[in-house]
Amino acid sequence: MRKTMAWLKRSRHAFFAFAGLLIVWEAWVRIADVPVYLLPPPSMVAVDLFERWPRVLDHALVTGNEIVAGFLLAVVVSIPLAMIIAYSRPVERSLYPVIVFLQIVPKIAIAPLFIIWFGFGFTPKLLLVFLLSFFPIVVSGIAGFKSLDPDVMDLARSTGANGLKMFLRIRLPQALPQIFTGLKVGAALAATAAVVAEFVASDSGLGYLLLEYNSNLETPMVFAVIIVLSVLGLLVYYAVELIERLAIPWHVSNRATAEEARTT
Amino acid sequence: MAELRLAASRDDAAPEVSGAASAGPVSIAVRNVSKVFARDGQETVALDGVDLDIREGEFLAVVGPSGCGKSTLMRLIGGLDMPTRGEVTIGGAAITAPVTDLGIVFQKPVLLEWRTVLENVMFQIDMRGEKRRDHLDSARQLLAAVGLADFENRYPHELSGGMQQRASIARALIHEPPLLLMDEPFGALDALTREQMRLDLEELWLSTRKTVIFITHSIDEAVLLADRVVVMTPRPGRVDRILDIPLERPRGLEGRKTPEFLAAVDEITELFLANGTLHASRPVLNLLNKKEP
Repeated sequence: MRKTMAWLKRSRHAFFAFAGLLIVWEAWVRIADVPVYLLPPPSMVAVDLFERWPRVLDHALVTGNEIVAGFLLAVVVSIPLAMIIAYSRPVERSLYPVIVFLQIVPKIAIAPLFIIWFGFGFTPKLLLVFLLSFFPIVVSGIAGFKSLDPDVMDLARSTGANGLKMFLRIRLPQALPQIFTGLKVGAALAATAAVVAEFVASDSGLGYLLLEYNSNLETPMVFAVIIVLSVLGLLVYYAVELIERLAIPWHVSNRATAEEARTT
Repeated sequence: MAELRLAASRDDAAPEVSGAASAGPVSIAVRNVSKVFARDGQETVALDGVDLDIREGEFLAVVGPSGCGKSTLMRLIGGLDMPTRGEVTIGGAAITAPVTDLGIVFQKPVLLEWRTVLENVMFQIDMRGEKRRDHLDSARQLLAAVGLADFENRYPHELSGGMQQRASIARALIHEPPLLLMDEPFGALDALTREQMRLDLEELWLSTRKTVIFITHSIDEAVLLADRVVVMTPRPGRVDRILDIPLERPRGLEGRKTPEFLAAVDEITELFLANGTLHASRPVLNLLNKKEP
């Protein structure tokens, strides 16, 4: 409770700025008589969203499913892969250049291909989310597993510990901060990937809904869906950040906020 | 900075000690050891024909310029690296793998940032697969001995450089190794902290009497701490001379004032002048001086 109050206190400036923006938007649209299909007032967006909430929620769940499943698949595949690449020279020499090259390919451009290969269902969306989240996690994972202080390794060798212990007690915790950086980038991309995949071909999901409202010029609902999508993306991102805070409370990225909370 | 007071007081330690006389039989032998590093087709001779006997329970300092191979020598003794020629033996057996019966202190504290001070000390125990509860008490005692009693639950980033290095010394001692390797352990500390650490290390050594190999490039530090000082030449590193330091212990703050200290520092300085590590006056400086009429 106290933490929440502290958070509210810290974020009050951002809150007022945001409220101010909405008020100016609302006032301007009404005074200048801007057509609703161009720019609806925020109050109308809120009312429309409230009225059609059940329908939006159904589609949001579809998209949310794609995001979570694709992201988890990326995590499960990319972290072990990063480990293998970091610790095996031959694998690194053969696989890493391929990964670097594939990373340059605009992955969203592959979405139509996935439709040809896997149809209109869940699979192509899952794969596109996977593909977009995958690269940042692998690349940061490799960097994390590779960054090691040689003195720490010498110290470990002088204890006579075996490789497994060295991995669990040194290499893994050491790699975690960079892995989490990759996870957060991947999480942020996951929502984008799901919507793009739905744009290409689908009969459900927020991307589909967005296209439908757009073609009917129901602009208030377009805004509403964009808001729901943003919230969805934010939820995934903060879920990862919460896990990060629990997993590596000692890291610099978490220290700053902890100290900030202490002083305010 | 917390003050360090060890179990063994000065009075306890004073009578039984007198310089190098306390050193026991040879326990580590470095025999005609050379180490060559090859990189990009270029060979660098770090050590060239080094012979050295280290006696049990002695405090041996190795002093020399940067790049003279002193750290390499320490790594060879710890089995972290293998010599190109020659061999290093411990208790008569040649070293072929990392030696586990020792503690190492590096120039950097090398603490794990995700472990508290106490857990960093216990890291040694965890890695060795020993029972934690057998060592928790002694870990706390060691932390108290190095002045960190109130900091066991702090993380390394919350400590000053000197305190971090104290924690790393505690970690090097928790498993009670007979041998302590210290590679410029005070090199990254400010001068005052360094002086305090030097005093504390002497007391710690007097109370434990471990074999210590102490790498440094401070002549003062070497003379004030060691029973014997190994003077190295610039690259390729060779043993220039080994000096006995007959100073009474504990040397503490008074050690600096004794004629023996001054004589030893003088002798080492002369050696560094002779082997080219130090130059009394550089030609360039002479030129600068002559510019002004």
